[in-house]
Amino acid sequence: MAISFNLNGNPVSVDVDPEMPLLWVVRETQGLTGTKFGCGIAACGACTMHVDGVATRTCVLPVEAVAGATIKTIESIGPDTPSAVQDAWLTHQVPQCGYCQSGMIMAVEALLDENPTPSDADIDDAITNICRCGTYDRIRAAVHTAAQLRREG
Amino acid sequence: MSDTTETKKRSTLGKWTRRSFLATAGVVGGGLALGLTLSPNRLKMAADGAATGDEVLLNTWVKVTPDNKITVFFPHSEMGQGAGTGLAQMLAEEMEADWDTVSIVQAPVTEEYTNSDLGRGYIVGEGANIPAFMYPMLDFAFFQIAGNLVGQMTGGSTAIRLTGHHGMRRAGAAAKEMLLQAAAADWDVPVASLTARDSMVTHEASGRSATFGALAAQAAEYSPNLKPALKDSAAYRIVGTAKPRLDLPEKVNGTAQFGIDVTVPGMVYAAVALPPIRDARVAAVDDSAALARPGVGQVVNLGDAVAVTADSYWTASRAIEALGITWSGGQTELSSASVRAQHVSDLEGGDLEEMDAEGDVAGALGQGTSLKAEYEVPYLAHATMEPMNCTVSLSGDRADIWVGHQNQLFARNAAAETLGMEPANVTMHPVYLGGGFGRRGDMDFVTLGVRIAQSLDTPVKVIWSRETDMTNDTYRPAILARMEGAVQNGRISAFSNRYIDARSGMPDSERPFDFQYDVPNRDIARVICPSPIPVGTWRAVDFTQMGFFHESFMDELAEAAGADPLQFRIDHSGNPRRRAVLERLGAESGWGETLPEGQAIGVAMVDSFGTVVGQAVHAGVSPDGGVTVHRVVSVVDCGRVINPSAAEAQVTGSVIYGLTSALYGEITLEGGAIRQTNFPDYEMIRLENAPEQSVHFIDSDEAPGGLGEPAVPPVTPALTNALYKLTGNRIRNLPITKSGLHVA
Ligand code: FES
Ligand code: FES
Repeated sequence: MAISFNLNGNPVSVDVDPEMPLLWVVRETQGLTGTKFGCGIAACGACTMHVDGVATRTCVLPVEAVAGATIKTIESIGPDTPSAVQDAWLTHQVPQCGYCQSGMIMAVEALLDENPTPSDADIDDAITNICRCGTYDRIRAAVHTAAQLRREG
Repeated sequence: MSDTTETKKRSTLGKWTRRSFLATAGVVGGGLALGLTLSPNRLKMAADGAATGDEVLLNTWVKVTPDNKITVFFPHSEMGQGAGTGLAQMLAEEMEADWDTVSIVQAPVTEEYTNSDLGRGYIVGEGANIPAFMYPMLDFAFFQIAGNLVGQMTGGSTAIRLTGHHGMRRAGAAAKEMLLQAAAADWDVPVASLTARDSMVTHEASGRSATFGALAAQAAEYSPNLKPALKDSAAYRIVGTAKPRLDLPEKVNGTAQFGIDVTVPGMVYAAVALPPIRDARVAAVDDSAALARPGVGQVVNLGDAVAVTADSYWTASRAIEALGITWSGGQTELSSASVRAQHVSDLEGGDLEEMDAEGDVAGALGQGTSLKAEYEVPYLAHATMEPMNCTVSLSGDRADIWVGHQNQLFARNAAAETLGMEPANVTMHPVYLGGGFGRRGDMDFVTLGVRIAQSLDTPVKVIWSRETDMTNDTYRPAILARMEGAVQNGRISAFSNRYIDARSGMPDSERPFDFQYDVPNRDIARVICPSPIPVGTWRAVDFTQMGFFHESFMDELAEAAGADPLQFRIDHSGNPRRRAVLERLGAESGWGETLPEGQAIGVAMVDSFGTVVGQAVHAGVSPDGGVTVHRVVSVVDCGRVINPSAAEAQVTGSVIYGLTSALYGEITLEGGAIRQTNFPDYEMIRLENAPEQSVHFIDSDEAPGGLGEPAVPPVTPALTNALYKLTGNRIRNLPITKSGLHVA
């Protein structure tokens, strides 16, 4: 049975095993590979997308659970002009290998949507993604810069 | 201005002026393409492998097109170190290029460069006398450092210091000379009257000028000079500046393509089951339940692995779980305890091999204050963020492979050997690496992908689950060391170390076993005890083991001497670079200042891959043993810094990598199986426990050292030295949880 949701502004309908995690549906049936697979057990955050505006680890989220929902992936951020977060990410030269960064950026976008002026403690609480390259100090600085860029509009 | 934009096509490469074996230039798309291949004997590389002798190829390519754009082909895999940008900076500097017109491409990238005579011609030139042993490296114009280069993988520790320093700079300078020659001929003026700047050649007297792009085709007529004049570093405008990395825009918007992102028409996905017990074999497979699942394709039994294909990776991975595999045999008796017992018995009864001996250690140990200590470290996994994967498409006698690999050339050869094909028929497609750290220099995930593809008639993308990745790594070895030392009159009079060498693959020429302080009587010897499970290079590998042992024991010796650990190190450092790093560390780290209650600073210094790193860790311990790392200060002498921003990132990332291992890192074996399978049981530092960091580079005009690894080793002993001050307990085994501590 087809499952319908909105993906990056477009209505999509997929006919897959309803238990298939959203991550794989988006990567494989929709061809959007910006969202990554890191652990498959909701432990690393590489697969973070927005589900109705909430940063969600999609490697364990059955696609049937998002029927009717609005999904946003990294491909929807920007994409023509960089978002404040992407801008800050480039200013601070955050990524190393880059593999974790789609998930990081999606988690930070959601944090700033909810809390436009996060403290360091707020950032620590909200961003629990793993970056094996260890880009954390730049992530922290870039979140503050992004928050400021957003305020300045 | 001459009509230099005219495309001078040549039907063959045969008419090229004979140039040095080492340098070639040619016309491509109306522009200049210049290649430089160096084989510097004096680098004294270890030579165990395909190449005989101690030669190494450093291939450098630059292309200038009529639209005045410059493309730098860089021969290294991009796994996060920003090597491509740094290498391009080195080339652009010497070329006097306009940085804004420079782009980078990981070579090889297009058909013409990978599998045609043209590509071959670009590298070696017509009629070049190529030593036979170099053929494997030259075929397909593969732009790689030979894999036997001191046993290292492509990475931050070799890219800048070898390819950049020897290859990129000269290619840039040679290209500039050719462009100047072209303009001089065209305008009938002396070369010396011309200047090159920002991709433009100018004749000041007449006011004439031309872009590099306009001159490029004509410039290609000249022979590249292998020994062009290089700029004085005082005149650098591009090197030494924090140019934004050229690969980052696509790493913030999801478009960067990693191996796992590759899609090949008609491909299926495969998940794999590897033996749960080391070296077990497949006895039987009940695949009825797996094959009954919708979307499942084939089950492939390779004897040492089973794969299932499906129309989605998730479907394949579920089907793997539905397989009834009976495994037999394997090293069921293998455990962490059995490995350790083997180390102990080998240290006590095995063949000792002297690595460094000087003076009379036995005599010196009998005088003054002597001490001994046993240290050990566990196996560690790499846990690259992107799990291993490999995509393979076979058709007839050809193969196409997409795999993030640190040594594309050797990966191609390994695939060709598995397939029984000529390497020339295997095309490797470059992709970004979601982390390497040494893991992506191994061949197992390449050959497994190829073997699975051989059983199928469609292309296949093989993805390892995190669990498969973590339990089938090529680990940083667990080893054991027993050290003895003596201090007399405030100085170390003797040092000895007996250690297990589990054969990580690091060549002895890197000398990780050296005690890096001035001691008159030394005796450092190993017993080789190859690991029963696969091991390999792991970000700074042997230096992480020896660094922990030696730098912790150094603090023990300082205490025995009643000395300040930092001053004690300085007093034993005749080497001026090490000494300067330690002195700067004292100035930058708050050493000797009053710290908040419950905090202490530990220091350590390790010199590896041509780079000296001193680190200070500010740590605290709560009454219940909760450890907080507040701050890490790194002082780095890596010679000339090419890109300060990228360099700083390598250091701060290395600090996290090293600290993660000290705080959490341990892979254990039980009943022949790896116990840790995913992140909760192989935990990582996250934002909330990432320390504040500062990095200080020593101002230096020395040749660049490596930077991908050298900042990993010192941070662990710096931490445990701080913890000793706080708890009075010396940590001689890692991670810290073994000493009753935990991450707060
Ligand atoms: S892949 Fe989903 S949290 Fe790691
Ligand atoms: S940038 Fe490599 S894992 Fe985060």
